[in-house]
Amino acid sequence: MSKPTENRANNATIILSGTGGQGLQLMGRLLAEAAAIHGGLNVVQSRSYGPEARGGASRSQVVLSRGEIDDLRNPSCNVLICLSQQACDRYYTTLRDSGLFIVDSTNVKVVPTTRVVELPMTQMAADACGTRMAANVVGLGVLCGCSNIVSLKALEAATRSTVKAKFVDGNLKALAAGYASAKAFLESLPPARRSTIPDLSFV
Amino acid sequence: MTTATTMEPRLMTGNEAVTLGAIAAGARFYAGYPITPSTEVAEIAAAMFPDIGGVFIQMEDEIASLGAVIGASLTGLKSFTATSGPGFSLMQEHIGFAAMAEVPCVIINVMRGGPSTGLPTHMSQGDVMQAKYGSHGDYPTVVLAPASVLECYTLTIKAFNLSEKFRMPAIILSDELVGHMCEKVQLPPEGELEVVNRLRPTVPADWYRHYESTPTGISPMAGFGEGYRFHVTGLAHDSSGFPTEVPSETHALMEKFKNKEIRNIRDLTMVESYMMEDAEICIFSYGSVSRSARRAVRILRDRNIKAGALRPQILWPFPKQAVETMLDQVSYVLIPEMNVGQLRKEVERLSHDGRGRIKGLNVLNSEFITAADIVERVEHDVL
Repeated sequence: MSKPTENRANNATIILSGTGGQGLQLMGRLLAEAAAIHGGLNVVQSRSYGPEARGGASRSQVVLSRGEIDDLRNPSCNVLICLSQQACDRYYTTLRDSGLFIVDSTNVKVVPTTRVVELPMTQMAADACGTRMAANVVGLGVLCGCSNIVSLKALEAATRSTVKAKFVDGNLKALAAGYASAKAFLESLPPARRSTIPDLSFV
Repeated sequence: MTTATTMEPRLMTGNEAVTLGAIAAGARFYAGYPITPSTEVAEIAAAMFPDIGGVFIQMEDEIASLGAVIGASLTGLKSFTATSGPGFSLMQEHIGFAAMAEVPCVIINVMRGGPSTGLPTHMSQGDVMQAKYGSHGDYPTVVLAPASVLECYTLTIKAFNLSEKFRMPAIILSDELVGHMCEKVQLPPEGELEVVNRLRPTVPADWYRHYESTPTGISPMAGFGEGYRFHVTGLAHDSSGFPTEVPSETHALMEKFKNKEIRNIRDLTMVESYMMEDAEICIFSYGSVSRSARRAVRILRDRNIKAGALRPQILWPFPKQAVETMLDQVSYVLIPEMNVGQLRKEVERLSHDGRGRIKGLNVLNSEFITAADIVERVEHDVL
């Protein structure tokens, strides 16, 4: 498989975006926990959200690095995950040229590029563990399945240590479903399009 | 929920670290009214206090919150509260009271966009002047600004120490970014960081004077219910605590307050210097923005611009000496702040050659000031 846009780096900025109530802050916390505690990286996770309990834009930013991190907020990102159309419209321009773009095609119908990993994450969450609420964790599985930023094992460990006990099993199923479908999605792409999806990993 | 003694590296937010710092400093009383973006402090204190013999009360508003904190501190408990802009405004009356009555207490202000209800979920540094001058009259206080999650822990302990040592209110000026961000931290083992307790009276109860004049300017402090009798008021008072209007006595009281800062300025100065040894330009900043300044210094150095950064960890009292030394050394100072330039005015006051070389980078739209913003401005001004 060709890797024209391989992007090995010492740090990465990941933006998780969507609508308030979709669990973006938990998603960020799980990713940070997996990378920092189970993956040995330094991490700064910050949030940006509105005053509403549900609705409105919500975003979680995770900066990962092997070294010290002084960029608490980055204007651009290496990975962008969008769980809503509004988030996709608003944040697409923050994605760097070589970045990895993942959208939840259950909610995002108009995507400004073909260089995208599109999977119906909300629908997959409903199918895998009976609740659409787990779309966030499906998203982490997808991220894991199409990059080498964080391992599935680390995400599973973070899920066990962070999520409430009664939700652990459901979330692990969501994680596995996202991971498997991302692998299948990449396999299914014709080579010309596959080569436009970057391989992101840490050296 | 883990306890303050956990030593493994773990992920936590600034607000969590502030609460664990308060507990490690010995705080056992919290009264507050929840407000974004400080609410997690109340949540964590409420969850942890029952297990460690602490008392948590949710009050009807922020005025009552600080009132309860002052009352609890007068019984001998280390006490604190947490709030944000609108609540901090309501607390001003009692901050002055705590200073006047010389009651140790710690106020955590996680700054958000203002004025008024403003931008509840967004960052700002708009309360820098209010933290020093928000209450009426001339009063002593110490204000600390953490820039990392670990510092939320260590500076909160420092705030309690200074508040206890000098019998005055201490304020932590955090902001939405620092309070809500998660970083991997390894808390220092218990006992490694110094914990200071207030000076206690050694005289028999009959001889005790709550505001006794001492060579150090700090009066030993008994707690209510310990057998000592004393009077506490917001009125100008003599050493017994009862009101007085005698000019010599009110003058002595105000001198005592003034001297708390002047005589103890070494204790009340904390400034971090970053690559300043050979610096020709300086980025002067504090709190979350100072992290961008560090990054900007590294970028500028890569481009052969001799930059350094100076960061007050204690904003008030203002670190006059360190800033004067910096002004003597460099030819250009950039002061990035998420306000209209509140601390820049303090720096300008110390510059005797006009304001031309002291520039502000001021952002008021709740967006963070990044390293790239700082680098762009420095290159624009200097090259």
